[in-house]
Amino acid sequence: MKAFDYVRPASVAEALAAAARPGAAYLAAGTNLVDLMKGGVTRPDVLVDITRLPGLAGIEHRSDGSTRIGALVRNAVLAHDPTIATRYPALAEALLSGASGQLRNAATTAGNVLQRTRCQYFTDTASACNKRAPGTGCDAIGGVNRAHAVLGWSRHCIATHPSDFCVPLAALDAVVEIEGPGGPRSVPLEAFHRLPGDHPERETVLEPGELVVAVTLPPGADGFAAHSRYLKVRERTSYAFAVVSAAVALRMDGNRIAQARIALGSVALKPWRAREAESLLAGAAPTPETFAQAAQAALAEATPSGDNAYKIELARRIVVRALTLSAAGTPARVPALPASPFAASPFAATQSAASPSAGASTHV
Amino acid sequence: MSFPITLTVNGTARSLVLEDARVTLLDLLRERLDLTGAKKGCDRGQCGACTILVDGVRVNSCLALAVSHDGASITTIEGLAGTNPAGGDALHPVQAAFVEHDGFQCGFCTPGQILSAVGLIQEGQTGGDPERVREGMSGNLCRCGAYAGITEAVLAAHAAMTAPDVLPGRQLAEDAA
Repeated sequence: MKAFDYVRPASVAEALAAAARPGAAYLAAGTNLVDLMKGGVTRPDVLVDITRLPGLAGIEHRSDGSTRIGALVRNAVLAHDPTIATRYPALAEALLSGASGQLRNAATTAGNVLQRTRCQYFTDTASACNKRAPGTGCDAIGGVNRAHAVLGWSRHCIATHPSDFCVPLAALDAVVEIEGPGGPRSVPLEAFHRLPGDHPERETVLEPGELVVAVTLPPGADGFAAHSRYLKVRERTSYAFAVVSAAVALRMDGNRIAQARIALGSVALKPWRAREAESLLAGAAPTPETFAQAAQAALAEATPSGDNAYKIELARRIVVRALTLSAAGTPARVPALPASPFAASPFAATQSAASPSAGASTHV
Repeated sequence: MSFPITLTVNGTARSLVLEDARVTLLDLLRERLDLTGAKKGCDRGQCGACTILVDGVRVNSCLALAVSHDGASITTIEGLAGTNPAGGDALHPVQAAFVEHDGFQCGFCTPGQILSAVGLIQEGQTGGDPERVREGMSGNLCRCGAYAGITEAVLAAHAAMTAPDVLPGRQLAEDAA
């Protein structure tokens, strides 16, 4: 790890001033940043520690029906907040499906939104990567790329954004609150991350020195609470990044879908909102045929970027499954295996065979 | 640049000067304070062998910069026995359960497993459900594959620690609330 200077500002204004120094980076928990610094992927000259900044660690349920989540709220605190879990269950399920208990206790709201891609060519400094070193090329193209993007990729970068949390945030029209040298501003989460295009090194719309201070869910985002799920396919059932994921939120009107929200994860360099699929579902009955049409629409623009054509069909099926589960209703509590497409873990079946009573208890 | 910090480590206040901001809590514990219980497995937040409690919450000490944790209270495996309400050198209930239920083989991941289990039980989300215990412990890898014993140990410790007559301090606190 390259040596760096360290400063600990006491206010947002001091933090913005400190971040004007060349080579400055904001430090929160560091669960992503310190890892990348150890690998030499990121080499800041000065870390601006924002963990002591006042007023950024609260969850505020406002009278207008919106909810403001401070940048420093830890992922575990947010997921286990009873009001969050009740009003935005897909958000809690997504958070609990990510990383590990230890990492969720440290990782922050803003850090999750700003996490870097897990493309192995980005994290391997011996590989060409236009995101890490602009103009050097992309070794993922033509390389080992079965986990890479099927939507919104370019000939310069085929990486994906790995966040679980951002997927339901996109579905629920969350807004990112920013403070910066030019004053405060707000950007819809859906427009916050950039597709790679010709400049994969520009990952978000943040200008140099700008600081994310909160993520806000707008009034009405809790109107989907009764029919919301996050579903995530992983190469192992826990503590793994998504191969494909989907957040679905439905507002039902009797036996019809009044409004649908769908976002996909790990298919593009940003959480991918499927608006055409949402339009198809508005006013429709929740039938398998309708869900299949919506899934087709959600992936209509998808193309493989390498050995990953399977992700397109996988994503369609995850959309159908997430729609089916959402229509059936949000479970009273986040399942024991959050976001897992398996009804119960393989362990439960094994235990049932060996010991009926022990197995039964795990299904309760 | 040097960075003075204070930490409370296993109940003892420590004043330290870091000559380099790169030092993680894991390296500080192992190299400066001779507390080698927390292990450096992957050093990248992937294995959980470095798990400690920071202000009562389990985290990966390999990804935590020491300078950013100025003022924190830290518990490692070396200090866990002393937190047993029975006092003295008595093992913490989680330690005792790992012995009782063979929650290890080679032992390298064990301090991290035990601290993670203490944190998990305190988080209060599993309700003693084995499925939720396994999910909650998934941040701790065991290359020997002692997972069956680890799950049994965590379940037994959970039962012991949430029984009202085992932790009088906790019970009193709840009564007062």
